[in-house]
Amino acid sequence: MEIKDIIQEKNIVYKRTSLLTDKAMSYCPGCGHGTAHRIIMEVIEEMGIQSSTIGVAPVGCSVLAYEFLDIDMQQAAHGRAPALATAIKRLNPEKHVFTYQGDGDLAAIGTAETIHACNRGEKIVIVFINNGIYGMTGGQMAPTTLPGMKASTCPFGRDTELMGNPLRMTELVAHLPGTYFVTRQAVHTPVAVRKTKKAIRFAFENAENGVNFVEIVSNCNSGWKMTPVQANKWMEENMFPFYPLGDIKVPEKK
Amino acid sequence: MKEVKLMKGNEAIAEAAIRAGADGYFGYPITPQSEVLEYLMSQKPHERTGMVVLQAESEVAAINMVYGGAATGKKVMTSSSSPGISLKMEGISYMAGAQLPCLIVNVVRGGPGLGTIQPSQSDYFQATKGGGHGDYRLFVLAPASVQEMADFVKQGFDLAFKYRNPVMILSDGIIGQMMEKVELEEQQPRLTQAEVVKKCPWATTGKTPDRERNIITSLDLEASKQELHNKVLQEKYEKMEEDVRFETFNCDDAEYIFIAYGSVARICQKAIDIARSKGIKVGLLRPITLFPFPSKKVAELATKVKGMMSVEMSAGQMVEDVKLAVNGKIPVEFYGRMGGMIPSPEEIVRALKNQLIGG
Repeated sequence: MEIKDIIQEKNIVYKRTSLLTDKAMSYCPGCGHGTAHRIIMEVIEEMGIQSSTIGVAPVGCSVLAYEFLDIDMQQAAHGRAPALATAIKRLNPEKHVFTYQGDGDLAAIGTAETIHACNRGEKIVIVFINNGIYGMTGGQMAPTTLPGMKASTCPFGRDTELMGNPLRMTELVAHLPGTYFVTRQAVHTPVAVRKTKKAIRFAFENAENGVNFVEIVSNCNSGWKMTPVQANKWMEENMFPFYPLGDIKVPEKK
Repeated sequence: MKEVKLMKGNEAIAEAAIRAGADGYFGYPITPQSEVLEYLMSQKPHERTGMVVLQAESEVAAINMVYGGAATGKKVMTSSSSPGISLKMEGISYMAGAQLPCLIVNVVRGGPGLGTIQPSQSDYFQATKGGGHGDYRLFVLAPASVQEMADFVKQGFDLAFKYRNPVMILSDGIIGQMMEKVELEEQQPRLTQAEVVKKCPWATTGKTPDRERNIITSLDLEASKQELHNKVLQEKYEKMEEDVRFETFNCDDAEYIFIAYGSVARICQKAIDIARSKGIKVGLLRPITLFPFPSKKVAELATKVKGMMSVEMSAGQMVEDVKLAVNGKIPVEFYGRMGGMIPSPEEIVRALKNQLIGG
């Protein structure tokens, strides 16, 4: 059998979603952002909601997310995405609204906006990429940087006495009455990707019930100064014990 | 016949917003403008017109809610007072960069810092010269009555959409708090979603197959493209000149001119009565738009009078624009009070005599 006999319409089991643009992604090879983007767009395509979806990009590595996602998008000031999303959804209740935010954006400068949007129970999806570092600005300490973990503003490792403790934002918002579904996932293996996609699908389908909050623990091989393979291994060994994967708040079955 | 009511300036802003068919208001309490949000909530605007009114967790969140709403083509606004407006400056700069229409009301109080809750005009620089970071301008309207507080809401929204730019109503604690008779416009319907899509083809209303996706951003990492964007903005600010507005009083035979805006312009009218009763021929130029500033009118008057005096509740801010327009042709003096103090007509006349006329 020749290759051309295999590459046929009937044999296709997977293809790239048409909702990703042809623009080459600006992310480093091995970074989880691309996979996270793809999953979200697959969900939007499968749900047939491209024309009713408005996304909000943050400040951080994914500041240019709107260049890769073929939907209407707004770019927010650092940390303010949940405030934008609040108004977008309240003024356009028929729309699907989501924010895509990194750890510095969501858990440091935007803490107030995150907590209050979650507490009000805004009918939005928040996708939170946590890689424990500021990627875009060159690897500074994040609110989620692990104790002892090195970053350019804690070159000898995070000293919690001096620099405070990492923040488990996802557990925190799970306590608020306005969140409906809160989960922590990853995108470093095929199994993890499938679980995350399921979570994002659930989040989009249930946004009318309140904030659906999906954290994705991810890597930053450039910022962590590792190869992609090393970074994923380091993430499993160090990030996952501190940020355990799994659902944190699951709605009661009706 | 139009409905006439006795209202506070802050209440007039709120009622006018509902009647102008505003889609959303996002605010945070601060004296002396909290009545805007209080009045809106008391009116159940969601029942009256479907308008969304939300008390945000901070001024920062409120202006970013305005950004989100404006980016979907909706008619949205916020209001605050000086310290709160400082907090909003980040969002205002982003909205100017992203070319988003919105209405921002500043009921100014004395500063700097927490300052005072008494009226002031010390935010003139912040309103007219940028305030936030980057090369940008707001279209700035300065009401001098409760009637104008109401009228400028609809006019402000129209200008905001005409220029795709934030418009600021620069008021002060006097006009916000005082009660006057106000004629209210008839209720305008809010735009339907189809009308919004037609009016704002740039807005993030959901990507449909008939168009490319819409992106609202103030970012361009390529310097050459960002410069082109800056040029587009600058051309827009120059074009605003066609909407410059001002009023003159007693200028025809005047030998001296007061220049004052907002509540101080009204105090100056009383000062003119006193001065003229003493034989001093003085008139008033009242800028209604502070940006664009009526520089041409100031320059024209400078060829006809002996001197001008900018009267402000500040340490002297608008006077800089007056001096630029006069360009050294005649003496330009300044008289001001600060920290929430309001100048009396008598002291303004005294200042005119001492500083400009002499003797």
